[in-house]
Amino acid sequence: MSDVEGRVKRPLSPHLSIYKPIPTMVVSILHRITGGALYVGTLLMVWWLLAAASSEAYFNYINEIMGSIIGQFILIGFTWALIQHMLGGVKHLFWDVGYGFEKVFSSRIAIFTLIGSISITCIIWLAAYAI
Amino acid sequence: MVELTLPKNSRIEPGKTWPKPTGTKNLREYHIYRWSPDDGKNPTMDTYFVDMDECGPMVLDGLLWIKDNIDATLTLRRSCREGICGSCAMNIDGTNTLACTKGIEEIGNVVKVYPLPHMQVIKDLVPDLTNFYAQHEAIEPWLQTKSPQPQKEWLQSHEDREELDGLYECILCACCSTACPSYWWNSDRYMGPAALLQSYRWLVDSRDEATGERLDDLEDPFRLYRCHTIMNCTQACPKGLNPAKAIAGIKKMMVERKV
Repeated sequence: MSDVEGRVKRPLSPHLSIYKPIPTMVVSILHRITGGALYVGTLLMVWWLLAAASSEAYFNYINEIMGSIIGQFILIGFTWALIQHMLGGVKHLFWDVGYGFEKVFSSRIAIFTLIGSISITCIIWLAAYAI
Repeated sequence: MVELTLPKNSRIEPGKTWPKPTGTKNLREYHIYRWSPDDGKNPTMDTYFVDMDECGPMVLDGLLWIKDNIDATLTLRRSCREGICGSCAMNIDGTNTLACTKGIEEIGNVVKVYPLPHMQVIKDLVPDLTNFYAQHEAIEPWLQTKSPQPQKEWLQSHEDREELDGLYECILCACCSTACPSYWWNSDRYMGPAALLQSYRWLVDSRDEATGERLDDLEDPFRLYRCHTIMNCTQACPKGLNPAKAIAGIKKMMVERKV
C-alpha cells in the first residue's frame, strides 16, 4: 500500500450496546455481578457477627439498621445474589463435566436459574416474615 | 480490558435518510452502519427503504438491492450467497449471523445492520479480520504426525471420523468469536471460539499425533481459559456448530492428561 499520509484511524465497531441481550449472556453477566455483590454481603454478615460479639446495645443498633426498609431491601438482594450465584455455580459444575451445552437447552437453563433464584428468594423471605 | 463505551472516533452519529422508492407500498426499513476512511467523520447510521416487491427474501438481497438501486457506495463483503463462504458475516438484528441465510421476515420491524462487533472497521460493514486469521494460523490447523508415512493415506475408522462431525464444518466467518464478550475485551491474548473449535477439531482427530504439543500451546490463562462459557458463540453460529462445547472438550482434555 502506498499511503503516504499514514493510516487513517479506524473506528471500533459497536459491541455491548448493540448486541441482543440473550438469556445465556445476561445470566453470565449476572453471575459476575452477583459474585462481586457477595463480597459486600459477606462483609455485612461479618459486621453483624462482630456486633453480636461486642455488646447487646451495638447488636440492637445493627439489628435496627438491618431491619429498616433499606436494610431489608439489601438483605433480600443479598439472598437473591447468593441463590442466583449458587444456581449458576451448579450449572458450571455440569458444564465442567461436559453437559448442557446445547443451544436451546442452555438458554432454557439460563432462564430457569433466574426463575429459580427469584422463587427461592421469595420463599425464604415469606418464611422469614411468617416466623 | 473491559471497556463498555466506544472510543471517541467510533461513536455513532445520526446519518442520512435516503429517499423512499416510489410506486410501491411494500417497503422495508434498513438502518445501516456507515463509515468511510476518506472523509474523517465519525460512523453514522443511515436509513434506507427497500422495495420488497423487487427484492429477494434474505437480508443480503436487501443490502445488494440498496447498493444497486439507491447508494452504490455501500460497502460489504459477500460471495457465495448460500452460507458456505462466510464472507457476509455481520451483526443483524442484534446477533451475529450471515446476511445471506438470514431471512428479512425473521426480523420484526427495522432491519438493523452493523459490522461484526468490537472489530476495527475498514469501511462500512467490512471489519479487519487480520488478527482473527492469525489466530487460526497459530493453532496450526493441519495434520501433524510422527509415525512413518504410510504407503497410501492415513486411515481412520468410521467411528473416529464421526468425532469430527460438528467441527470440520466451520467456515471461519468469525460470527462466534466476535459475539464473545471475552474476545471483545481480550482478543489480543484470548484465541476466541473459532480458533479453539478448530484446535479441538485436530485434538480429537485420531490421525493427529501432536495432541500434547497442541494442549501445551493452549495451556495459558488467556489463550484458552478466558472462555467463561457465556455461550454467545454457540447461540450465534450460523452453521449450528457448538464452539462452547468444543472449548469445554479442550478444558476436559487438559484435566484428563494430568490425572
